Amino acid sequence: MGSWRLYVAVAVGGFRRYATYRAATAAGVFTNTVFGVILVYTYLALWDEKPHLGGYDQAQAVTYVWLGQCLYATLAIQGGGAEKDLMDRIRTGEIAVDLYRPADLQLWWLASDMGRSLFQMVGRGVIPFLFGAVFFPMALPTEVTTWAAFLVTLLLAAVVSFAIRYLAALSAFWLMDGMGISQALMITGVFFSGIVLPLNAFPGALGDIVQVLPWAALLQMPADVLMGETGVPGAFAFQAVWAVVLLAAGRLLQSAATRRVVVQGG
Amino acid sequence: MGERSAFAEGLRAYGLIAGMWVRSSMTYRTSFVITMLGNGTMTGLDFVGILLMFSQVDSLGGWSLAEVALLYGLSATAFGIADLVLGSMDVMGARIRDGSFDTLLVRPVPVLAQVGADHFALRRLGRITQGALVLGWSLAAVDVDWSAAKVLLVPVMLVSGAAIFCAVFVAGAAFQILVQDAAEVQNAFTYGGTTLLQYPPSVFGKELVRGATFMLPLAFVNWVPASYVLGRPYPIALPEWAAFASPPVAVACCALAGLAWRSGLRAYRSTGN
Repeated sequence: MGSWRLYVAVAVGGFRRYATYRAATAAGVFTNTVFGVILVYTYLALWDEKPHLGGYDQAQAVTYVWLGQCLYATLAIQGGGAEKDLMDRIRTGEIAVDLYRPADLQLWWLASDMGRSLFQMVGRGVIPFLFGAVFFPMALPTEVTTWAAFLVTLLLAAVVSFAIRYLAALSAFWLMDGMGISQALMITGVFFSGIVLPLNAFPGALGDIVQVLPWAALLQMPADVLMGETGVPGAFAFQAVWAVVLLAAGRLLQSAATRRVVVQGG
Repeated sequence: MGERSAFAEGLRAYGLIAGMWVRSSMTYRTSFVITMLGNGTMTGLDFVGILLMFSQVDSLGGWSLAEVALLYGLSATAFGIADLVLGSMDVMGARIRDGSFDTLLVRPVPVLAQVGADHFALRRLGRITQGALVLGWSLAAVDVDWSAAKVLLVPVMLVSGAAIFCAVFVAGAAFQILVQDAAEVQNAFTYGGTTLLQYPPSVFGKELVRGATFMLPLAFVNWVPASYVLGRPYPIALPEWAAFASPPVAVACCALAGLAWRSGLRAYRSTGN
């Protein structure tokens, strides 16, 4: 029936929407690069003090930093992707228009967010990563298969990231104001994704816990696959399970929301 | 006399506009309290990161946890004050784009006061509180032979540091007039600056430290004066009195930022709505 073409069109729209703001993209590249440099020095000092922390050597720690800067906007780790627009539309009541469309609500927003992710990756993420590779020693694989597996983990990471934020956005059906939940998304995203410190460098039981939470699928898994620190099938399975579970939960919540909640109107 | 009264008028206007934003945020008290707690938690994550690092090591770049906490507390509190006073300036780019910046220009009130107080957010007290807590703890925990000069340096660092960060915000706002969409560049210097200063200078490359001392003198927010307080050598070769140079450095930064702001305003071209 060719409905996939609809979602491709939505994804292309998401891509182009972000591609419009070139100066903002350049500014983002600059900021991510500056933060990357600051973080790299602190990590080098940390790994100097304690070599092989979390099983990484210094080059791997550096690689982790630059991958984090590359994925920061790509995976909307502190929020600010499709969920922001969705919350706005629920608050204003425009969501009624979306519900009328002969398209699946969740797939629609997933497609739009995938387009955004792809642009943020290509436009904003790749340059700081290359900068890091040029000016700092990094641990990058040479086999094509590792890079291919890495790309698959990135795709899965983007889906998990969306699924978390979609769940959060739906809460606006009940809470109306998305401010508190956006803040919660930001705090959990920044802390549990390991953008502050690699999750495998977290101490003791906390380290064990954070590595099984869904946020571990965002940065830690792609990083470990890229650097050969974890088995590829295991990483895929971990990410895929969280993606399916969270997307299914999103579907459940969505059907509850659309059945029971009165749309805001004006 | 003219200059002086314009300044007083600007302050008064700033107070009025900020008061209006505070009243509006107080309409939803619960939401205000929650967002303030959230603001404090969010900014506290940086310190949690430092604590996590110190759960694995005893020192970072040769500095102990209490010493790093002192740097962190000074940087976060000084930045928090600047963020409260002028932190909403990143909405200026949006105002320029939608043309509402023109409205500010025709009002008989200094534009900087209006822009600075725009969207004044009292919830940013969260960051200041969190920074002050870490600062208080570190002051009790560091092993320092306190003298009158060292005690005096602590409030001097906070005030000068806040002024230096305010200058960065104003310069960033002037830059936004030129490139409206690129507001994020200033994050590299504001948020990036405070993050940089939360770590010991010994961690960073000499070039970076030199740049943060002579080009953008962030080192005078805490690195240099805090080194004096802790009895450590300065991050780069500087005379002994450099620890007390923060106030004049802050004044010079504010003067330069003021000049940048004026020339930015003069270069402003309306979008023409």
